[in-house]
Amino acid sequence: MSLTTLDIQRIANLARLALQPDEEARMLDKINNFFGIVEQISAVDTKGVVPMAHPVDAMRNTPDIALRLRADMVSEPNQREANQQSAPAVENGLFLVPKVIE
Amino acid sequence: MTHSTKELHLQSLSELASTLHNKKASAVEVAQHFLQRIQADTTGAFLDINKEVTMAQARVSDARLAGGNGGCLEGVPIAHKDVFVTRDFVTTAGSKILANYRSPFDATVVQKLGAGVNSQSGAGMVTLGKLNCDEFAMGSGNENSAFHPVRNPWDDSRVPGGSSGGSAAAVAARLTPAATGTDTGGSIRQPASFCGITGIKPTYGRASRYGMIAYASSLDQAGPMARSAEDCALLLSAMCGPDLDRDSTSLDVVTENFSAKLIQNVKGLRIGIPKEFFGNGLASDVCNAIDAALKTLESQGAQLVPISLPRTELSIPVYYIIAPAEASSNLSRFDGVKFGHRAKDYSDLVSMYKQTRAEGFGEEVKRRIMTGAYVLSHGYYDAYYLQAQKIRRMIADDFQQAFTQCDVIAGPVAPSVAWTLGHNASDPLADYLADIFTLPASLAGLPGMSIPVGFGDAHMPVGMQLIGNYLQEATLLNVAHQFQLATDFHMQSPQGGAAL
Amino acid sequence: MSKLVQGYEVVIGFETHAQLSTQSKIFSRASTAFGEEPNTQACAVDLALPGTLPVMNVGAVERAIEFGLAVNAHIAERSVFARKNYFYPDLPKGYQISQFEIPVVQGGEVSFFLEEGKETVRKTVRLVRAHLEEDAGKSLHEDFVGQSGIDLNRAGTPLLEIVTEPDMRSSDEAVAYAKELHKIVTWIGICDGNMQEGSFRCDANVSVRKPGAELGTRREIKNLNSFKFMQQAIDYEVRWQIEQIEDGHTIDQATVLFDPETGETRAMRTKEDAADYRYFPDPDLPPLCVARDWVERVKSEMAELPRVMAERFVTQYKLPEYDATTLTQSKAMAAYFETAAQVCEQPKLASNWVMGEVSRRLNASDGGFDSIAVSATQLGALITRIHDNTISNNAAKDVFDALWNDAATSSPDKATALLQIDAVIDAKGLRQMNDSGALEAIIDEVLAANPDNVAQYRAGKDKAFNALVGQAMKASRGKANPAQVNEMLKKKLS
Repeated sequence: MSLTTLDIQRIANLARLALQPDEEARMLDKINNFFGIVEQISAVDTKGVVPMAHPVDAMRNTPDIALRLRADMVSEPNQREANQQSAPAVENGLFLVPKVIE
Repeated sequence: MTHSTKELHLQSLSELASTLHNKKASAVEVAQHFLQRIQADTTGAFLDINKEVTMAQARVSDARLAGGNGGCLEGVPIAHKDVFVTRDFVTTAGSKILANYRSPFDATVVQKLGAGVNSQSGAGMVTLGKLNCDEFAMGSGNENSAFHPVRNPWDDSRVPGGSSGGSAAAVAARLTPAATGTDTGGSIRQPASFCGITGIKPTYGRASRYGMIAYASSLDQAGPMARSAEDCALLLSAMCGPDLDRDSTSLDVVTENFSAKLIQNVKGLRIGIPKEFFGNGLASDVCNAIDAALKTLESQGAQLVPISLPRTELSIPVYYIIAPAEASSNLSRFDGVKFGHRAKDYSDLVSMYKQTRAEGFGEEVKRRIMTGAYVLSHGYYDAYYLQAQKIRRMIADDFQQAFTQCDVIAGPVAPSVAWTLGHNASDPLADYLADIFTLPASLAGLPGMSIPVGFGDAHMPVGMQLIGNYLQEATLLNVAHQFQLATDFHMQSPQGGAAL
Repeated sequence: MSKLVQGYEVVIGFETHAQLSTQSKIFSRASTAFGEEPNTQACAVDLALPGTLPVMNVGAVERAIEFGLAVNAHIAERSVFARKNYFYPDLPKGYQISQFEIPVVQGGEVSFFLEEGKETVRKTVRLVRAHLEEDAGKSLHEDFVGQSGIDLNRAGTPLLEIVTEPDMRSSDEAVAYAKELHKIVTWIGICDGNMQEGSFRCDANVSVRKPGAELGTRREIKNLNSFKFMQQAIDYEVRWQIEQIEDGHTIDQATVLFDPETGETRAMRTKEDAADYRYFPDPDLPPLCVARDWVERVKSEMAELPRVMAERFVTQYKLPEYDATTLTQSKAMAAYFETAAQVCEQPKLASNWVMGEVSRRLNASDGGFDSIAVSATQLGALITRIHDNTISNNAAKDVFDALWNDAATSSPDKATALLQIDAVIDAKGLRQMNDSGALEAIIDEVLAANPDNVAQYRAGKDKAFNALVGQAMKASRGKANPAQVNEMLKKKLS
């Protein structure tokens, strides 16, 4: 399984990363090397195995891992100023971004 | 606890707690002592210091100590890995994309070690500052920090390990008596091993992840790094506990006193030795140190049992599919809109995103975001991500199988001692391969510990790993403590010689 | 009846996003209240600040269960939250927490009635699923040059996304479906249904094909937030697609927006790679487990559903289906009808009044059945007086008027209501003449005074009869009982 520069460009776009051509080339090389070791997983027979998305899944003797549900109550007050203290661009309480075109 | 006459930076956590409690020194004096050492530091362990904040916290501690209502570690200093958000210090996660970021809230772990959470009082520790780390916890040598690398206090041409390199170096160099770290694929255990200190990654879900900047959500865990199992036990008890209101993956198990079992002996304890951990890849100096340590444990009454963890090698591709996949998603929030860095030059929204993230993220982070996005993308999900999660379960099952034959598992932490800075620069894959011994326990969510067991080439520290079954941290700490009663590796410091 | 448009079959499926009426957000404890100052209801979790994590709101789950029960769906015992990854400024995390492979509600159906020509046809639209997810924030464009302002107050509001099979075959069916769905979610109280505020948003997937052919490529019309626009948008889109095909072009899959000003749909700027959302189970949220006994408890506490109630009205009160469906438009209307019907024991009369006069008045005054000037008991008492011949239907309208305009409203019991109504009848002199003797006298006079009409009627002109009835009513100053007049006239003229 070998990636091409087109793959790198597609993924970089999906991930919203601007890559210079030399970065693209380096990325392609390193990622292809990486997939060299990854390939060995395709040889593993995993028929009938349930994927483990949550490690808690495997803990047999611990309490039920079902999603905990909290009461429907409001307890977060308005903390706009504190929450926006690190914002790059704010006006009238709104986060400013380059125009969103639909 | 007997009074200590040792210099403050050579005292253990309980010794310091006692010193403060008995007013042999004030919290302000203790803080000043460490801050001075940090000032003179050359390891690069710290990213953010704020003297005013630290002294203010120290004064509060002194008032509490005077009033007799202090926490269990009131006034004792701590430093936090820079992936824990803090209100009073900058949090960067070792990344330019968060340079100067101020969080409006503290991580739960920080609260628990400090002033407390809601009505529950905390341990009362005083924060010395934020510790350097690999960017977003991705790395094994703290060379991926966007700001500057960290140097191993034992040999400044070498890495301290990663990603909690700053934490490990700070503890080893006595810049702080203890530090918090995080471990996703070995990031507490490996730097602890490289720096000759003790560190433990608890069972997944033991410590709250709220306020811990996420790298790989199903793997990340917070843990203590200190100079002894005894100290780690104290910290772990203070750090852990259910955070049911804020972290849906937090285990609803009773808060434990991890120091309770320390003094039990290890007679009859079955220690599993996985054959896959002692293959050709393991450097002989490391192997020798581990062997010697195992002999010590045997002499204390433990029994060595050969076991097998057949999918050990598979843990590398499995981890390096799952962790980057989750990271690629977790790091999408860094988009220059709500917080953090935003590029100056862009033409429209999409280019703003791309420029911001290109400027803000380092190369390793970009690489993992790319692989992560790839393995989740249409057409590849089943073959990579899903397949990896299936093998992950098999690896967890392998451990359960092993634990029918033994009580704890022991082996190396890393295949070698700390390498030189820049050694793996052209081959990041080498870093990945070196994680082979720590990844399996991470994937299974099991608790894992590293204790110093000797020295290898160039007199660099060697750590031994102990892996326990779910929720068995007390057992691991017990074994470690018993070993540390019989040896003095954990007492040695880079300045040379054993501390008193 | 053929629904083909220019020979093409129209195929429509809907995706509806209903905002759930919880107090707090689905994954955070900030308020969901509408219309507040920007970003005052966006807490750290909603803003995706580093280190924040989601915690699930039980109220959202409970509302999903209620919906599933209302549409006869399967409630999954175990469902999974997944991340849908894409970049957009109103999506703070860069992913939306939704459900992908295993949703909480699976299957189900929505039935409604549709007028097709002179017939009333029952139509059923099958649901594929309904799942829980979080809403995004809002982008505001007006006040900023070259920039947009992002308000994340709405980010994290719980949504139930309801997806149908492509079972609809016309814009009429689609709108009828949407209206029925809207009724269901507001009836069971899980959504406030305020389309202006964005509480109920529909996306229509529209394609056309020649009958018997494969499904055509569909285009998705997004964010339709009024029934009127839904109809217009679908109609335009269908005509547009047919025109394209007839001109020899293929239809490309696209997302389109409806412009109410122009009445046209137009494709949004194509988002390359928009389709690769890289779904994977959210590692921050273990699977959602809904135990059977929770579902049973919700079921036992749920109010009677509109369709069930309508069916009961048909069997219990012998109402036609049309009446039953109309009366169960809202809980308040249905309750009003039922109380009135039980008071007067004349369900069909009650239905006629509620659907007719009462509804007309409410529409004119923009009011609702839950705060109406004339109580259901009063209406029932009024109908009692019609039925026992005390007053005519016309006279009853006057009485209703008087009650409606009487500022001092009350909801008395039947006996008190009857007294109130009798008082109005007497005050206005509306009592029907039921004395047959007096009536006979009037009729004899009318017959004597209108010999031409009598002759014409006898010659077979029915209109002449009505004229005589009219004369008799006039002579009695409207107080004669029309039915009695009719009967008596017929007898005398036979």
